[in-house]
Amino acid sequence: MRRHSSAVPAAILAAAVALLTLAGPALACGGLIGPNGAVNLLRTTTFVGYHAGIEHYVTAFAFAGGGGRFGSITPLPGIPSSVERGGDWTLQRLVRETQPVPEAVALDARLAGSAAGGVQVLLQTRIDALDITVLKGGGDDVGAWAKAHGFRLPPDAPEVLDFYAERSPIFLAASFDADAAAARGQAIGDGTPIHVTIPTPNPWVPLRILGLGKADADRVEADVYLLTDAVPALLPAATGNGMTVAHAAPATDGLLSDLRSDKGMGWVPQGGWLTQLRIDAAPSELRYDLAVDASGQGTPSRVAAGLARPAGADGQAPLVPAGPFLLLVGSYVAGVAALVMRLGRGTVVGP
Amino acid sequence: MRPPGGHVRGALVIAIPLLLAPALAAGAAAAVGGRSAEVVHVRIEIHYSHFEPASFSVPVGRPVVIELRNDDPINHEWIVGDEATHARHANGTEPHHGERPTEVSVDALSTVTTTVTFSAPGTLRYVCHLPGHEAYGMVGIVTVTP
Repeated sequence: MRRHSSAVPAAILAAAVALLTLAGPALACGGLIGPNGAVNLLRTTTFVGYHAGIEHYVTAFAFAGGGGRFGSITPLPGIPSSVERGGDWTLQRLVRETQPVPEAVALDARLAGSAAGGVQVLLQTRIDALDITVLKGGGDDVGAWAKAHGFRLPPDAPEVLDFYAERSPIFLAASFDADAAAARGQAIGDGTPIHVTIPTPNPWVPLRILGLGKADADRVEADVYLLTDAVPALLPAATGNGMTVAHAAPATDGLLSDLRSDKGMGWVPQGGWLTQLRIDAAPSELRYDLAVDASGQGTPSRVAAGLARPAGADGQAPLVPAGPFLLLVGSYVAGVAALVMRLGRGTVVGP
Repeated sequence: MRPPGGHVRGALVIAIPLLLAPALAAGAAAAVGGRSAEVVHVRIEIHYSHFEPASFSVPVGRPVVIELRNDDPINHEWIVGDEATHARHANGTEPHHGERPTEVSVDALSTVTTTVTFSAPGTLRYVCHLPGHEAYGMVGIVTVTP
């Protein structure tokens, strides 16, 4: 029998998170699941900066009104060293930089060996009205954890979670408490930026998850900004697969300076290459992630891109070796999608 | 992916809906119509929100013990019946099933067994009616043979 939810979600994952939620009125970027189980796609925006072996992933959740809880789950390329409130203008500044151009990258997914027999909670924190939990575990483990914590997973979630977990068993679950946001005086449209810092050999951006819970008739729309020290090599190539390069050029001094002045963005280097990738795809097209090789060697990983399974995926060898690549930088999960779910008003989702 | 088990399996059945919807006698353990009372076993695995097998055949009038194994970390349900039954569930509000052997909730990572006796030949669909699951492909067909 159908179990309908009543509200509409209200979050935006600036970073590429797809949301499925059920609760309230909708809002800006992200994928939403409506009361009838339908998913409404909204554009998401995410920033992934990679420098000195550290990936900085910045995304935002925007309050869209309504009540209840909704959340998202985002795959990460590694264990974050910190999850904190992000700066206030990084995402907007990036949009302004590229608003009025093209290409590439990818990286490697790393892995850490899956936590057999249960999920491991690596980090928990609260940022404004967001409850954030970083998990390590296999697809079933993470799915069971999500279910137990009020996330309602769509039917494609088991396959998608396994898709990610066999390459990197690290997930970030975010639960947005719309009631708490309202109580904090957050107005509709106010966003809560989060900044995830992840040591990783190369950047990686989960894209497939953006299609999570979406019907074939839906579209997945997302913008991913990638800042690397040099021109990155991307996989898959942005051609004919729902992904295009909208901007590719040296980052301007003005942009870098503005980014550097935002909270937590002091790491931004004096020079870099800015790539804007635009996703506009049917969910069935998005069977890949963005692998980036920021090392200059031009060899983004097919495994990281989701175009090949890791050696250990059949229970033999481990996934992607954690060591070699690493140079990478940053990946990030840009519009990564997640699953959100909500339970009735007042139901606690998340930790 | 685990291999589908079961003694009865998968003859592909053309999904022409049911002009001959068989009646169901759920839970019956005895033979019907003088046929053998030998129990038939069917094992259905649920993996990545799909039924495996997606079709199988059973003889009419014999108790069929159906083992439903859910390998997914999300809940599913297995509802078999005519189109009127499916229409009702597609818009229903029951949060959980279990009182009728033809309507079974299968919680995440669990196994449930039900016994159904199909009392008329024909074809019936079995469907998971949780939101979005049918559209995702959680549909199968049981052919009840004379």
